[in-house]
This record gives sequence, structure tokens and C-alpha cells, in this order.
Amino acid sequence: MLFEGTPFEINRIMIVRFIAAAVAILVIVVAARRAKLVPGRFQVVVEMVLDFCRRQIAVETLGEKLGNKYAPIITTIFFTIFFFNITGVVPFLNIAGTSVIGLPLIFALWVFFLYIGAAVKKLGVGGFLKGALFPAGVPKGLYVLLTPVEFLQVFLLRPATLTIRLFANMMAGHLLLALCFAATSFFFFEAANGMKVLGVVTLAGGFAFFLLEIFVAALQAYVFAILTAVYLQMVLEPEH
Amino acid sequence: MIAGQLVTAAHGAVVAAAEETPNPLLPETYDIVWSLFIVVVLGFVFLKYALPKIQAVLDERTEKIEGGLALAESAQAEAQAALAEYQQQLQDARTEAARIREEARNEGAAIVAESRTRAQAEAARIVENAQRQIEAERQQASVSLRTEVGALATELASKIVGESLEDEVRRSRVVDRFLDDLEASTAGAAADAGKGN
Repeated sequence: MLFEGTPFEINRIMIVRFIAAAVAILVIVVAARRAKLVPGRFQVVVEMVLDFCRRQIAVETLGEKLGNKYAPIITTIFFTIFFFNITGVVPFLNIAGTSVIGLPLIFALWVFFLYIGAAVKKLGVGGFLKGALFPAGVPKGLYVLLTPVEFLQVFLLRPATLTIRLFANMMAGHLLLALCFAATSFFFFEAANGMKVLGVVTLAGGFAFFLLEIFVAALQAYVFAILTAVYLQMVLEPEH
Repeated sequence: MIAGQLVTAAHGAVVAAAEETPNPLLPETYDIVWSLFIVVVLGFVFLKYALPKIQAVLDERTEKIEGGLALAESAQAEAQAALAEYQQQLQDARTEAARIREEARNEGAAIVAESRTRAQAEAARIVENAQRQIEAERQQASVSLRTEVGALATELASKIVGESLEDEVRRSRVVDRFLDDLEASTAGAAADAGKGN
């Protein structure tokens, strides 16, 4: 491992992240450079993803005006998290860049500061705190219960759940795949002859989980992006 | 035995994973450092370069399509207006032609009527002239007849009576009386003839 013991240590997962980030940058930069009025196939696919982020995630949640404003950030989050997730099923990489907590945490903190900053900028510190901690249309007495809960929600639970949901999903997926393939290897090469057939079962299970992980990679990126939009919407328009 | 081996293998995998990150919820410093670095680079590339560029192309495309649609729409509207105008002109021309035809017909009728009137007037005039001429000639004939018949009668009477009627006054009186008688008798005869008819 490079720079072992320093803050710049580079292990296998860091390398996987570098590769994923490089591929993501390559894809988007090539798409941007070759962007033409009449799109080719590659551009159509990239535009489809970007359009999905803009319309189905940003505008759908935040409305036309805010949606278009925050669409680039939401798109970036969806796009890059997907690339970090998908490395979990890419041969020879075999681990998701988001399966160690640092990267999900940084993304979650980005979202956290994004929605706090956006709300303070739009409503002022007082307006933001009032909207976030004292939801309208609730009897005054209930604020005793509600305000601490809302406080935890806004300042701790939202970023924490964003981080842990992504990280835990990707790590669990990795463990499942590792377990299935390790068991298959064990049954095929080390277990008694009669037990070898069990290897077929674990191999089939591994294959199924492999497919599931592709789906999970996309799903978790989508969940992260749509929660970003939802959190923005909740602090920017607290009256809804 | 086999189950035990399986558990050991699985345990091995889990332990291996756990050994990499002793507490998976507590990030290592290098993890944070590199994650931050990667996210900043990605964010910069995506937000400052790639997405705005792609979005600009998308906007341009939308604009082009909308512009094209608007152009087509205006062209169609123009064509429709031209067609309407053309049809209006055609209608006007038809109306005008009909009007001119009607006018010509009226004019023709007027001309025919006028010529007829003029011809009738001309005919009437000619007839009147002829009558007048006939009357004049009749008068003249009557005068000359009166003179000649007077002279002849006087001469005859002189011969018969032997009395000279040379005297102008007397002669004239005699002739006039004779002619009056003659006229009266002729008128009576004409009246009888008219009755007879």
C-alpha cells in the first residue's frame, strides 16, 4: 500500500475509487466534448441519464424553477455515485467505491451543507430554523415533542442515514458476493465429492446476487439523488 | 463438519472484511482525504465543465426545434393569408366582371332604346315634313287653280253674258261667290260620300 500510515494512504479501495472517478470523468467529458445538436448513440444514452435526473428526480420533486436550479448537482450525485457503486460488480475491481464509509460520508456532507446553505440563503437563519424546527399547522404544545425530533432530523439523522444507507447497502452486497463465491470455491475444490453439488447452488446464488447488485447500484444512486432533492424541497419550502 | 468448514470460510471472509476496516462506521483519515479529493474533482468537472456544456447543447437544440416549429407555423399562416387574399381577389374580380357585364347589358339596352326613340322621332319628323309639304303644295295648287279657274270663268261668263266683267272688283266678287258655291257643293258631296262610307 502506498503512503501507508499517512493521511494519503492508498489501498485497493482507493484505487478502485480513482478508477471509477476517472471513468466517470472520461464519460462525461467525452459526452460534453462531442455534444452536438444532432446526437449520436453515445450522446443519446448520456442525455437520457441526464434528462432522467433533471426531470424524474429534480423537477419532479422540486418543481420547475428549483428543479432546474439544482438539477446539475443532483445529476452529478446520481451519476458519480452510480459509478462508484457499479465497481462492486466489475470484474477485477470487485468492490464498490462506496462500500467504505468515507465516500458516502463526503457525499452526505455535501448534501447536508447544500440544503443548509440553500435554506439559509433563501430564508435567512431565522427563517430556516423556524421552517425546519417549527413546522406550520401544528398545535403549539406539540412543539415540545416535535422540535427536538425535527432538530435531530435536520442536523443529524438526514446526513447520517444518507451515509449509512449507501455504505451499508454496498458493503452488504460485497459481503454477500464474497460469501457466495468463497463458498462456491470451497465446495468445488476442498469439500468432499458428494458435497460438490452444493457449489452449484452457491454459484447460482452468487450469480443471482451479482445481478441484484447491478440493480442495487443503480437503485442506491437513485435513492441518494432523490433524497437530496426531497431534503432540499423540505427546507426550501417548509410550508408544504 | 462441512457446515463447520463453511462457517469457517464465511467467517474468514467476514473477518477479512472486518480487518480492513476495524470499525466500518468510523472512517480512516486517508479515506476522508481521498473521498474529499475525488468528490471535489468530480464536482468541479461535472458542474463547471461537462454539465453546463451539455445543457447548452440541449438548450440550443430545444431552441432550434422551437424556432423551426415557429417558422413553419408562421410560414403556414402566411400561406393561408395569401390563399385567403388570393381567393378574396378572385371573388372581387368575379363580382367586378359580373358588374361590368350587367352594366354593359344595361348600357346596350339603353342604347337600343335611345336609337329606337331617335328613329321614331326621325320618322315622325319626316312624316310631318312630308305632310307639311303636301299641305303647302295643296295650298299652292288651290291658289293657282283659283286664279286660273277665275280667269277662265270670267272669260266664259263675259262671253255668255256679254257683259264685260273687266272691272276688277266685280270680277273678283263673282269668282269668289262661284268658288264658294263650288266649295260648298264639294264639301256637301264629300260629307255625303263620308256618310255613304
